[in-house]
This record gives sequence, C-alpha cells and structure tokens, in this order.
Amino acid sequence: MQSIGLTFIDWIIILIYFAFVLGIGWYLKRFTKSEEDFFLAGRKNSSWVAGLAFLSANLGALELLGMTGNTFKYGMYVAHFYWIGAIPAMVFLGIYMMPFYYSSKIKSIPGYLKLRFDEKTRVLNGIAFAIMTLLVSGINLYAMALVLHTFLGWDWDISMWASALTVMGYVTLSGLMSAIFTEIIQFFLIWFGLFLVSILGIIEIGSLDQILNRLPESMNTLWSTSGDPTQNGMLIHWAGIVLGLGFVLSFGYWTTDFLVVQRAFSAKDLRAARMTPLLASFFKMALPFIVILAGLIAIALSNDPNSGFKLLEDGGQVNYDSALPLLIARYYPSGLVGLGVTALLAGFMAGQAGNISAFNTVWTYDIYKSVLNKKASDSHLLWMGRVSTVVGVIISLGTAYWAKSFPSIMDYMQAIFSWVNAPLFATMLLGMFIWWITPNGAFWGLVVGMLSSFLMWLGVKFHWFNESIITMSSVQSDMAANFWRAWWAWLICFVLTIVISFFTKKKPKEELVGLVKGLTEEKHDAHLPFVKRPEFVAIISLVVLIVLNILFW
Amino acid sequence: MKPIWYFVGLILLVMGGIIFLTGVYQLLNPPEAKTVLWEIHPNIWWGIIMFLFGGLMFFKTRKQTV
Repeated sequence: MQSIGLTFIDWIIILIYFAFVLGIGWYLKRFTKSEEDFFLAGRKNSSWVAGLAFLSANLGALELLGMTGNTFKYGMYVAHFYWIGAIPAMVFLGIYMMPFYYSSKIKSIPGYLKLRFDEKTRVLNGIAFAIMTLLVSGINLYAMALVLHTFLGWDWDISMWASALTVMGYVTLSGLMSAIFTEIIQFFLIWFGLFLVSILGIIEIGSLDQILNRLPESMNTLWSTSGDPTQNGMLIHWAGIVLGLGFVLSFGYWTTDFLVVQRAFSAKDLRAARMTPLLASFFKMALPFIVILAGLIAIALSNDPNSGFKLLEDGGQVNYDSALPLLIARYYPSGLVGLGVTALLAGFMAGQAGNISAFNTVWTYDIYKSVLNKKASDSHLLWMGRVSTVVGVIISLGTAYWAKSFPSIMDYMQAIFSWVNAPLFATMLLGMFIWWITPNGAFWGLVVGMLSSFLMWLGVKFHWFNESIITMSSVQSDMAANFWRAWWAWLICFVLTIVISFFTKKKPKEELVGLVKGLTEEKHDAHLPFVKRPEFVAIISLVVLIVLNILFW
Repeated sequence: MKPIWYFVGLILLVMGGIIFLTGVYQLLNPPEAKTVLWEIHPNIWWGIIMFLFGGLMFFKTRKQTV
C-alpha cells in the first residue's frame, strides 16, 4: 500500500513527544527516592491524576486500532466493551473492593492474595501475571511495529527498539510516576489527535443520524437484535454479552488486573482511591465517540462507492485495523497527521510502560522478595525495580521478535486474558465477601479454573469438541466464544473453590479483619455530605450508562 | 514537583501552536494534494483549540507545586 506521507512538520510533532516523555522521566528522577516512590508513585496522587492514569493504562493504541476495526466487523455491538463491559465493574471496584485493597496497604494484587489466603496462591498469581504481562507487552510492541511498518513504511527494528528503549529510559528513571505522567499526556493526545476524525466524518456525511441510517440494523443498534444471534453482527445472544463480557471478563479485568488497579493504589487517600475508577468511568463511556464512531464512519464511507474509501486487503483478507489510519490519511492535512501518529505512538508506548511498571512491581514484591530474597532492604528493592524494568523490556523485545515469526499469536490476546483474569475474579470475589473460603480452596480453584479455560481454548482450537458446546448456539463468532469461555472458567473456579473450602482448614476470623466484608468496620467518608461521597458519583455514572444504552438500544 | 497538568498544558500549547502556524502557511501556499474537507482548514481551528486549551492549563499551573 501507499504509506501515509509525513512532512517535516509531522516529524517535528513526533520528535517533540519523544523529547517530552524522556525529559519528564529525567525531571521526575530527583523525586524518586524510595521504593514506594518508584513502585507506587509515593501514594500522593489526586483522584483525577489516578483516574486518568487508570483509564489510560487500558487505552493502548492496539485497543484504538483494534476496536475501530472490530466496529467495522461487528458494528455498534463493540460499544458493549466500553459500557456494560466496563462501567458496572469500575463502579463495583470503587464502591466495594477498593476499601479492602487500599486499607490493607498492599503493593500489588498478589499481595492481597497472600494476606487473605497464603503464600502459594500469591506466588501462583504473581507468576501467571508476570508471564501474561510480558507476553502482552511483547505482542503490543510487535503490533506497534506492524502498524508503523504498514502505514508509515517505517523499519521494523528501528520502530521496536526506539520505542522500547524510550519506555525503558523513563520507567527506569522514575518508575510508576513517570508511567502515570506519560499516560495522562497520552490521554490528552488521543482525544486531541483522534476525536477530530469523528468530527470531520460527521461533517462529511452530514450528521450522526445519517451515519446510522447508512448501516444495516444488525450493525447500528446495541440490544434490539440481541435476542437472536443470527440477527446481529457479533452473532451473540444477550446472555453471552451480560454473563461473559459484562460480568466475568469485565469484572475480571477491571477489578483484579494489577495493570489498571496499580494506578488506584497510587492515590493519596482512601477516598481518592475509591474515586479513581469512578471518575475514569465517565471518560470510558465517552471513548466510543472516538473509537466506535470512527468505525461506523468507515462502514458508511465504504458502503458509498462515490467516497473512494476502501479498507486495505492482505492476501484477499480485509485488514480491519486499517480503518483508523485510513481515516487519518483521508482527513488530516500536514501537522495534524503528525498529531494523529503521535497519538497512536503515545498509546503504544504508554501501554507498554503500564505493562512494564506492573511487571516490575509484581516481580520485585511477589516473586523476588517473597521467594528469592525475603530480607531485601528498601534500597535493594528500588535497585531490583530498576533492574527488572530493563530485563522486562528486553524480554518484551524477545517476545516481539517471536511474535513477528509467529503472527497468529495476535489472535490469542483475548484468550490469554480469559486464562488468567476470569478465574482470578472468582477467587477475589469469594475471598473478599465470604470469610470461610479457605487458602486451599482458593489455590486449587484458581489452578483448575486457569487450566479449564486453557483446555477449553485448546479443545476448540484442535477440534476435540464442537464450539457450540461452550456457546450454546449453532452460530458464533470468535468474540462470542471468548465471552462464553470466560464465563465457564469463572463458574468452574467459583464452584470448586466453595466445594474445597467445605473440607479444608479455614483461617481464623481475627486474621481476616480488614480483608473480608462483614469482618471489617466500614465507615468510609461518612463525615462527608452525600453529594461528595463516591456512592453519589457511582449513581451518576450508572444513570449515564443506562441513558446511553436506552439511546442506542 | 510541577503538577502533571503543567506538562500537559505545555505539550498541547507547543503542538497546537505548530499545527496552527502550519495551517496558516498552507492557507497562503495551498498544497497540490489536498485532503478531504481541506477547504474548512481543520489544522487552523483545531490548532487554535489545542493552543488555547494547553495555554489555559499551562498558565494556571505554572507557579503550582505538588
């Protein structure tokens, strides 16, 4: 294909971004004196800073390109990832789970498992999370090089090494604080760099209604065609959306994935930590006006033969990820192209920085200090954090080259999340809300839950059984299979954990104070007027969610 | 330490200014290959919006420390 042409001005914009993030890392180094500064940004962030970082850690460029492409493929159903597939879980985290996380002063999610259950559950989850994080980080790096190579004609090796070394530079210098700073800069660059695509698309086509009117009903509604999987673009029943995406995958990711929850741990107090996911929820709900709208504009334009708009094809297969870059090339003149490319680059690099900063924390506290060097001093842990950042980036580069030689690994990203996060959510939910769940119940439930998710994926992949056994439907998409597999893995872990807990030794109640609901005194923010409490913000968030779903029903 | 909003304001101010000036230059010297909706000059008004938003954040936080 013909690459998007960059002018001298576009290069200046991109270089300004690189200089900025490295400069910020250098500037923040002087304020990074202790291990708490490095791993938890000193626990002094406001809820706005932590909230935007919480959202941005999830907002990688792979997500932006992928979700715009998925909208082209599946239609408006992809908005479920941003609304029912995120908001209830974020509200649940802020209102019910954050008090236990934050008040127990843990430094990571596996750290909670150690306090609530035991060391083996912590190490199991720490190792699974570390492997998952490095895999995802490497695959993201590969995806970035693929995008830059395909759309800008950049060299693979230079793209991967330049961005990986930049991320390594600023995360090694000042840890989570520089990761958070660059994530917030990324948030603004994404809005300023990509929202203009939607505005110009609406101007060209006429109005939002005209865009929707150009699409078939299976693509332009959220729920009205969900009663019959054959009638919607995603080929899924509403029960699969609610149970698989809205409940298991969403709660599993937003409430237990340390990559995002770590940002809330950096908040200055409990109220700020609780407000972190609640404030983020409003920005999450707004994202479809960039991502989904751009995908719908791409469908509308490609349905119009006079528009001259057509997605790229690789070997006869439509390249859905080309939707957003092609819209940038269509609408953006010089200067703005540099901004759009910088927004994508910022998304890639901030996503990688998020993975690396989560990895260095879990490695240092939950594997190195927990198993290898239990007497490590604070200064030694700070050193280990910096070393593991460098090692993590090098392993990510290795994974990226592996992915380059094995491109179908990209298809396994969602599957990797469902192996680790879906069962972990069952363990967390039971552990946090039922006191008699035992350490052995949690450990073996988690092991079998993870294995079952992996085996279901293998079984379908190698045709050991028919996919319809999992999805309970004669038709299904890959997305529908992901949702249903996550649901079954969660259910298996949930039931097994309860059954084993009946027969194994329970922890004394006094050891669980502060960790389990019902055994812990809860008077959060009782002194504040209701309109200033997180509960009020949560209600507003849920009302907006309901209104959006009704509007686009 | 300077607040994050100071850095966000600074980068938007600088980038917005450059995009706006590029738009003005292209208005005076139109390029041969034009993008769709080039006639509404998005780099001029979007550059101004970024410049003003960034400038507001930068000047409101330039004396703050956290």
